[in-house]
This record gives sequence, C-alpha cells and structure tokens, in this order.
Amino acid sequence: MIPAPFSYVAPTSVDEALAALAEHGDDAKILAGGQSLLPVLRMRLNAPEWVIDLGRIDSLRGVRDAGDHLVIGAMTTHHDVLHDPLVAEHAALITAAATDLADAQVRHRGTFGGSLAHADPAGDLGAPVLALGASFVIAGPSGTRTVPGTEFFVDLFETAIGDDEILTEVHVPKHTGWGAHYEKFVRVAHQWPIVAVAAAVRVEGGTIEHARIGLTNMGSTPLRATAVEEALTGQPLTADAVRAAAQHAADGANPPSDLNGDASYRSHLACVLTARAVLAAGGADG
Amino acid sequence: MTTTATEIGRDRRRKEDQRLITGRTRWTDNMTLPGMLHLAMVRSPFAHARITSIDTSAAAAAPNVVSVVTGAELGEEMGVLINAWPITPDQVAPVHTPMAVDRATFAGEIVAVVVARSAAAARDAAELVDVEYDELPAALDLKEAAADTVLAHPDLGTNKSAYWVFDSAAAGTGGDVEEAIGTARADGIVIEREYRQQRLIPAFMEPRSVVVDPTGEQLTVWSATQIPHILRFAMAATLGIPESKLRVIAPDVGGGFGGKLQTTPEEWLAVVLARRLGKPVKFTETRSESLISGHHGRDQWQKLTLAATKDGTVTGLKVELLADLGSHVSLVGGGVPVLGAFMFNAIYKFPAYHFACQTVLTNKTWTDAYRGAGRPEATFAIERLMDELAAELGVDPLVVREQNWIKHEEFPFTTVAGLEYDSGNYEAATARAKELFGYDELRAEQQRRRDADDPVQLGIGISTFTEMCGLAPSRVLGQLDYGAGGWEHASVRMLATGKVEVITGASAHGQGHETAFSQIVADRLGVAFEDVEVLHGDTQIAAKGLDTYGSRSLVVGGEALVRAADKVIEKARPIAAHLLEASVEDLEFSGGTFSVRGTDAGMAIGEIATAVFAAHNLPDGVEPSLDSDATYDPVNFSFPHGTHLCAVEVDTETGRVRMRSYVCVDDVGNIINPLIVAGQVHGGLVQGIAQALWEEAVYDDSGTLVSGSFVDYLLPTAADTISFEIDHTTTPSTTNTLGTKGVGEAGTIASTPAVVNAVVDAVRHLGVHDIAMPCTPERVWRAIHMSSSAEGADQ
Repeated sequence: MIPAPFSYVAPTSVDEALAALAEHGDDAKILAGGQSLLPVLRMRLNAPEWVIDLGRIDSLRGVRDAGDHLVIGAMTTHHDVLHDPLVAEHAALITAAATDLADAQVRHRGTFGGSLAHADPAGDLGAPVLALGASFVIAGPSGTRTVPGTEFFVDLFETAIGDDEILTEVHVPKHTGWGAHYEKFVRVAHQWPIVAVAAAVRVEGGTIEHARIGLTNMGSTPLRATAVEEALTGQPLTADAVRAAAQHAADGANPPSDLNGDASYRSHLACVLTARAVLAAGGADG
Repeated sequence: MTTTATEIGRDRRRKEDQRLITGRTRWTDNMTLPGMLHLAMVRSPFAHARITSIDTSAAAAAPNVVSVVTGAELGEEMGVLINAWPITPDQVAPVHTPMAVDRATFAGEIVAVVVARSAAAARDAAELVDVEYDELPAALDLKEAAADTVLAHPDLGTNKSAYWVFDSAAAGTGGDVEEAIGTARADGIVIEREYRQQRLIPAFMEPRSVVVDPTGEQLTVWSATQIPHILRFAMAATLGIPESKLRVIAPDVGGGFGGKLQTTPEEWLAVVLARRLGKPVKFTETRSESLISGHHGRDQWQKLTLAATKDGTVTGLKVELLADLGSHVSLVGGGVPVLGAFMFNAIYKFPAYHFACQTVLTNKTWTDAYRGAGRPEATFAIERLMDELAAELGVDPLVVREQNWIKHEEFPFTTVAGLEYDSGNYEAATARAKELFGYDELRAEQQRRRDADDPVQLGIGISTFTEMCGLAPSRVLGQLDYGAGGWEHASVRMLATGKVEVITGASAHGQGHETAFSQIVADRLGVAFEDVEVLHGDTQIAAKGLDTYGSRSLVVGGEALVRAADKVIEKARPIAAHLLEASVEDLEFSGGTFSVRGTDAGMAIGEIATAVFAAHNLPDGVEPSLDSDATYDPVNFSFPHGTHLCAVEVDTETGRVRMRSYVCVDDVGNIINPLIVAGQVHGGLVQGIAQALWEEAVYDDSGTLVSGSFVDYLLPTAADTISFEIDHTTTPSTTNTLGTKGVGEAGTIASTPAVVNAVVDAVRHLGVHDIAMPCTPERVWRAIHMSSSAEGADQ
C-alpha cells in the first residue's frame, strides 16, 4: 500500500517542531511512533501534505522522577515504559497495561504520547492514565500549558491538543505501594480490547481504602468509573463486596457496538471485568 | 525391486525454507523487468451499481501515467474468465469479464485500470479516475437471494444458478431417505438442524501478484498462483493467444489455501495491457484489495435431517444446501458444494442419503475453493449431528459414532454416496486419541464443574472425520462435469554428474514439495537427498501438470514420480548389465547400485549416468539417455481419517472460550516426512479452529465488506493457540505405491466441528444446543443467557 505523496521534516527540538507546525498548520500531521498514522496514510484514509516526525527530538524520551509524580516523555516507546523501573514501582497500572499492548513490534515503535494523543478509546493507555489522575503537558507557540486528564480526552480521536501544539510530557502522580491490574478482554491477542478495565487499589488490612478505575472502549473517550470507586471505598476486599460495587461499572458509559459485541454486551463485560480487575489488583483470588 | 528407505519417514528440514522464510527469493513482486509498467485498479465501492460515466482525463494527465482503460474501452479485447465446472447443463451464469463494463456487481469489482511508470504514480492517478454510479438494489442475504427478492443480475431473471442432486435410491447406492425419515418420525429419532457455514477469506500470506512480459515471440506470465498449468490453458482458451506462445511461471508462491486456485481478473488485465502496450507490466494487490476481491470461501446454509432408530443407528440423512457463489460463477466455485456431497455420510454406514444443493448468485465477492473445499462443510454438519443424536439419546457421543461407523474389517467399503473407501481403521485412531486425551478423566472433571455450578465450564468436542484426497480420477471428474482431468505428471532425469533433476507438474506454494519429493526420489534411486533437485511451477520446464490443490500432490504427483523413477531404473538396467559384462537377469538393484549376484562387481546409478552421457560404450540400440517420465491418472481417491478430541473451557460470565487441550490422531497412510506432516496438521488445525472461533467475512446492509482489514477479520496468531498433541495411526492407502493418503486439508476439515462440539458440550446442560460460528464470546454468552432466562422452555 502506497500513501499519497507528502513532504517530510524531522526537527531536532520542540521549538523547531512547533515552528514547522506553525508553518504548515492544517496541512501537517505529527508522526510519533507511526503505529496508527502510517496505516491511515497507507490506506489513504488521510493525505496530509506534510509529516512532521518527532523521532529525532531526544528531549521527549525517557522517564524521570519528579518527587510526587513521574514525568514520562511523550516519545518514550511502549517497550521502554514497560521495562522502566520507576514506572513499575510508582505507576504499576501503566506497566500492567503496557504488558499486552498490541504486540512486541508495535511496542518497540509505538510511543506513550503518540498513543494518548491519537486518543483511540480502544487504546490501552488512556484508562490507566486517567485513573491515576495524570496531567498532560502541551507545548504551543505561546509556551506550555498543563491539562488534567479529565479535560485532555475530548472525543473520539480528539484531545485538548490544538492544531499548533504538541504533547511533550505526561505527569503521573505516584501510586507507590498500590495494587494494580489491567483486565483486558480480546478475542485474539493482537486485537484492540473489546473492553478493558484498569484498576489500582490501596488495601489496608483487608479493606479497600482507595480505588481508581479506568475503562477502555466504553465510550468515545477513556472513562473513569467513579461510581465504582466510591462504592468500593471502605469495602472489604472480598468477591461479594467487589462484585456488588462493580455492578455500577457501566453507569454513564456509552459503549460502541461492532462485530465484537454490542453496547449491552460491553456494559455487561465492564461489570464482570471490573470486579476481576479490582480483585486481582488487591491480590485476592477471583 | 528393492529400495532402501533411508529418506522416507525421516524428519527432514525443508530445503526451501531458508529462501522462503527470509523472503530473499523469487516472489513475483520481487521481479523487476526493464521498462516495466505498473497497474493500479479502480474498484467499485458499491455492491451493485450502474456505471453512468467514467472520466479518466485527470488520471491520464497525471505524471508518469501511460494509459487509463475502462471495461467499455477494452471490450472483447479483455476476454472472459472461465467457469471450469458448470455443475448442471442448465446452470445460470453471468458472463464474467475481468472488468465491469456498464454495471458493477460487487464492492471491489474493477471498473478501470491505470498504467503508469511506477506503482506510486499508478496509485496516485487511480484516485483521480472519476466514476459516476447509479446505485442499484443489491442481493446480499443468501436466503433472500435464493428467493429472488432482489436480483444480482437483473438480465438473468433469477439468482438461482444450479440445482444439483444426489439421491442414493436413484443412484442405486442406498435406500430412500424420505422413507427412512418417515419411519423414524413414527418410531425413532429425527434430528433437524440448520447450520451456517460463514463466509471466510483465505488470507494467504503473499498477496496476489502478476508480472507479464510480452517481449519477444512468447508471452511470459509470472503469477503468484497455485495453478500455472490451468492458468495457461484458460488464458489460451479465452485471450486468443496460442498455448504454445504462452509461458506461465509460478515462482515461489507464499501460500494459497485454495485462494490462488483461481483465474483472476488482475491476471487477465495484466496480459491484455502488456500485449496492448508492448511493455512488461506488474500488478501486486494491497492487503485490502486481497480481502475484498480475492475469492472467499464457504458461505452456505445447511438444512439437515437425520433419521435414526431409537437405539441410535442412523437410518438416513437428508441434506439441503444453499451455497453463495457471490457475483459470478468462478473457476470451480460452483463445484465446491458438489465435492462435499460425497462426504456428508463421512465414516458412517448410512443406508439412505439425499443431497440437494442450490447455488445462488449475490452481489458479494465470488466464492471458490478454500482449504478443504466442500469437505469441511460436510464434516462439520455430520459431526455436529452425531453429537446432537448422542445428546438426544443421552449417551456418550463416541459410542454413537462407533455404533455407526464402518468397522475396520469391512474395508474396502462402498458408501451410500457411491465412493469406495479402500482402507481405514477408525477404532485404532479413536482408541489412541482417547488415551492421549485422558478422555475419561476430562469427562469426570466436566461433571464436577457442572455439579459445582462452576462459572468456568468444561466442554469436550469430538470429530471422527474422513475426507477424499488425491484429486482425482479423471473419469470421475468427467462424470461430475468438471472441465479437466485429475492426472499428474513427473519427469526424472539423471544428469552427467550423477545428480538428479526431478520435474513435477504439481505446483508448490508452501507445501514443501522440494523436500518430500527429494526424499522419495533419493530412496527410489538410492542417491543422496542433496543430489536431487525438484523443479516445478514453470510450464516451460514442467510441460505437463495439473497443479496443487485437494491434497493431490503427493498422492497423485508422488505416484507419477515413483513410476518415472522406476522407468529410469529399468532404462539403466541393460546399460549396467552391458558395462558390468553380466546378464540382466543376474543384476540386482539396491541402495542405488546395480550389482552382479554372487560377485563384488557393481556400479552406482550415478556412474551409469556418466557413462550414458559419454555414450562411448552403450549396448546396441540403446539411446544415450537416462531420463524418463510418467503421467499417472489415479484409479480412486484416497481417504485419510482421524479422531480429533478437543477440550475447551467456557467462561459463562463472559462467554469467552479458551482452548485447553487438543489431541488428534490422524491416519494419513504412510508418511514421507513427519515434520512436514506435523506442520500441515498444525496449520490446518489453526485454520479450522479459526472458523470455529474467530474468522468471519461480514458485509453490512449496503454490501460493503465490514471485515475488510485484519483489524476486523480476526486471523489468529501463535499467541492464540495452544500446543497440540498429534499422533498417527498408519493404515496405508492401497491405491498408490507409497501408500500415502494426503494431509494438506485434514486439520482444517476435522478441527472446526471438534471445537464447536466442545463449546456446545460445555454449556449444553444450560439448555444450549447450538452456537453460530464463529463462536464469539458475545454469541456464547447470549446463548447461555437466553437459555437461562427462558428456563424450562425448549430451546
């Protein structure tokens, strides 16, 4: 498959990238890891005149400790996030979600920021990032701004990133010592999740003190299952209690219908998977 | 004659794998010829539409574009695609032009072709071709199409293409099925079911590709095809090119699964445009094009009525099929259900059988052979029905099968469908499979889980299958109105250095012919495996052949090879006698050497080859040649069989099916290379399991293929399978020298019903007796949910 012709530029700094974006504006698409953009170009679903490749901007790669939160560079590959010890220690939910993200080849090319900026509601990273209360650093012509997760995801494939802006970092509050689990439901391994649930819990003496739960592919954006989080707080980590709380998982969701299942089936799955995710995160047997 | 079997039966790694796996080889798309032009296709986005105008001016003016053509412009120059298997004399079939002229009949049909100096320029210009369509109502649903509610081709007046019937009473092979059903209704058991064979896509790894070189006296076609010989014949027959002026080469071909058993519009258009422009052209499809326009497989409704006595002895089977042909009757598409007609009775002794099939035209991609072709559909139906009968009787499904199958001592056995099964041992394969599987233990665990109302239920699926391989005795094909024979050709030539060149008319596209055939010849002639070179897939080298499909290459082509090799030995014998100064009667041939009985004198066949090349000292009247050939027409099909047992766990809360264990004991007769057989079985199993659980080509209400990419058409990968346990019993075929039966399709045919039977078995106690394929989690969950919400009601 051959994309329509386009011009290509590979800036080496965020400022250069912003300048290129300012120059080509509506006619440009940003290339991060290319795992979503290239198929779109090759199938000629989109034909930008310019492709701005962020792959040579070294400052956008890597994970660092910033005290109460981690800073994950937007161009850090899924593979590097998956194997990062800081992420594993302080944001284990992200490690869990990255484990089965697509396949090994995609994990080596695809990037953390690229996936989030693409904002596919079936993408694996939105739900855990949202659940952990991450914020997004966006660079634009007039400097940088920080957007909370609740405002970052706007709609299907739509985020708060403006046409002249670039996502540079994601700040993830530390959840050190929390149990985490990403329960992903697929028919074949390499598929986007039909539904997935990201759960992080802090359990003290058999009681759930805090729970953070994100839902993948249950609406036009990743969702936070706040009703379940509230219902779980103070509950014992038992199958019955967790299942009862999880019955609220699909409240307010608007899941899609497709070949893998209709909306009502997805809502049912969300409840079942939420219970499983919470129990697994808490270290209890299902 | 004595041969020494040091190669046959040996786990040889495939000699072709290095180049095939690395891709550094002769794929068609790897070819570049001087001055070569590239084609891009403009395809209809509509299932059914009148083409009101095509404006090619912008495309023609685009950079590096050489030509843009439409169907109207090419007219008769583009020829027609052939239907080689008109199953009835009155079959209704639209004329199949390679490109639509005034009406597009499926989403994906070619409506214009751009020729440019690069593939990218051709693709860019294709976007500029402006086609105006007037959309027409499309015939999409198979049952509705069969009722002629909307016509796929209004000029034909009907969608019904051919109605083909086999009746055992009429054929004299058995009794009257209506009588059997009547008796069973009065005092027995009648099982009536309707099963859907969903539409599947062959999804071979290498997309279709064709290169045509019109330079010089001869027109050369390279194509990623399974059938270079049939392609050459078909092109000569319809494009006005003398067969002698046409050379077709299938270089290395990356898979086919039946999907490249086709004569395609793209091949025709490449030839026509190369001829018209006087320049080499290439076309390689994209994966999206492959999924929408390469032929699809299966797509049938099966209405089944099984009659049995109260003790579970089957007394008759009635099969009524609707088969979706798609928009045209393709190369052998109409005949696929007919191949299945002989297999619904499977391994069983039914006294009465009736089969009727209506083939139907629709506005979808045309269908044709897909791994198994007719036989998986038949095997699925009967193996599902045997489980249903067992459930009705409340007995173990293996018991019902054994009660009805042909006993080992009853072979050869003529079936109710009129085939003579030469050999088989269903008892042995089943006993071995039960042992490996731990059948009784798994049944006990299943009971425990049922008793405990475990959210994860265990199901056990059985498939005791057989198939007909080794296509095919030419006379039988003639009786079925097939347009060609079923023989195969082979040549064996000893080179001056003692090496051996083998030519086969079979055309490998991943099967490992070069390895297996080298093993056969190495043993036969007593030469080293490494000294045998197998050539295939080029009509100028392999002048005669009928190509590869229907598990025929080894059974038919292997026999031709054995016969050609034996002729070479017989040619060498008098020469050896002359050189050894002995009489022919005193010679024996063993391990590649002619030796004089009772002496140390001997001569290797390679040395004789060198002497023949020099020709200095040959007996009078013996020509200086040590090569020979053979064309073999089989006298019967071969009948591999096996017992497949599958255990699945069904998560009743989500409907998800997880494979737990899979055991198959196949009887494919004698095995040339166990490693290749294991590969065929593993791949076949995954492909058959995929029909049960994952794959389905789905069209929306407008006739657009929704599963038009691998995002939505779910091909499994290694991550989705489990480790299979495979074993064999060996009951050699009695109809060929090597005693082989064929293995290319066995796994695919047997595994689909084994898995679906297991899924249904897991939830049968919850009131479920069927789940449509593929058994998606949603379908499984809904089946359970609907049953439990209608508790007590008859599901």
